[in-house]
Amino acid sequence: MPGTKEIRSKIASVKSTQKITKAMQMVATSKMRRAQERMRLARPYAEKIRNVIGHLNYANPDYRHPFLVTREPKSIGIIVISTDRGLAGGLNANVFKQTLTLVREWEAKGAKVSLCLIGSKGLAFFRRLNLPILANVTGLGDRPHVNDLIGTVKVMLDAYREGKIDRLFMVHAQFVNTMTQKPSVEQLLPVESVDTSGLQEHWDYIYEPDARDILDGLLMRYIESQVYRGAVENVASEMAARMVAMKAATDNAGKLINELQLIYNKARQAAITKELAEIVGGAAAV
Amino acid sequence: MAEAAPNTIQVDIVSAEGEIFSGPAKMVFAPASQGEIGIAPRHAPLLSMLKAGEVRVQTPDGEEQFFFVGGGAIEVQPRHVTVLADTALRAKDIDEAAALAAKQRAEEALRDKTDQITQAEALAELARAAAQLKVLERLRKLRR
Repeated sequence: MPGTKEIRSKIASVKSTQKITKAMQMVATSKMRRAQERMRLARPYAEKIRNVIGHLNYANPDYRHPFLVTREPKSIGIIVISTDRGLAGGLNANVFKQTLTLVREWEAKGAKVSLCLIGSKGLAFFRRLNLPILANVTGLGDRPHVNDLIGTVKVMLDAYREGKIDRLFMVHAQFVNTMTQKPSVEQLLPVESVDTSGLQEHWDYIYEPDARDILDGLLMRYIESQVYRGAVENVASEMAARMVAMKAATDNAGKLINELQLIYNKARQAAITKELAEIVGGAAAV
Repeated sequence: MAEAAPNTIQVDIVSAEGEIFSGPAKMVFAPASQGEIGIAPRHAPLLSMLKAGEVRVQTPDGEEQFFFVGGGAIEVQPRHVTVLADTALRAKDIDEAAALAAKQRAEEALRDKTDQITQAEALAELARAAAQLKVLERLRKLRR
């Protein structure tokens, strides 16, 4: 039976750990709510841009922007969004697993794969692989900004324009609900989900300066907003995963404290009994 | 989308990070790439890029509101104006510099790699982690 003093200090240490996990859980909860709100705020912009692109595409059938043309996929690019910090359960591991599946799938088809990494966990994982990394950005924090993503996305868009990659995918953790986050793969380029239904009657905009420049500018912004949404959604998922992980840790610490307390009580009781026995024995001897 | 009252036009100013303004207006002025444009209700459909500058919105009660945009695009329909505002100042060389920085970061990250492993090893590592998790799960069940 270990000494009572050791058990007491062990209980104190578990208690202080529990305080930390509890605090992290609460911080993650409030940050998750804010990230969800930002997800909601990003929606109208993306929807509007998608409508306008759909219209432009419909109104100018003779001009095909490179971002809208499907090419033979000889090489592909993947934007992987991961978190900067750990302690978020299996969130990053799931995203990486999904990415590796995608990589193998395309390599089996004979395509070359290059990566673009957002978040330091992804960098730590994928730089050990023999895959070219075209761009990376870390330290976006809990509030990613479009500004921080522009450069990174531009590298991939340029690579697409120059024909270095023929497809662009994005892998990130999709926020289903607080308990569930699953890795999702989206194709960013060529843009395929352009909706032209509901544009039956033919009317056209006045374009200033001309349709091509506008389409170019809008498509670039559209991809950026998609990546931004992915980054924000990843933050929401990170916070939800951390919240759940920290709740489990707090509960486990509570169980551990109960068990230790029981051992401590037994040890204490044993010491008292022993002492009493000694006193009684001493008195009998006299 | 609420139907605007006669002689007003519904204005939505949105950026990728959120909504900036939404409401009816008598008149809207925006810094289009070819010069400032004023938009009154029942304007012809127009699509234009925007320069950095301010968007002025005249609300029905005669007030004027100003919004700074770093650039973006404007879509005009007879009863509806949408400004897709950039959150940052955009210029070709600024974007170029940001792209270059992103490339350099990636190169630096690759240069100091000390341990290179193959994809198979990475997969094995993942499998190992998954197995560990499974064992932990089983242990937890046993303890109950």
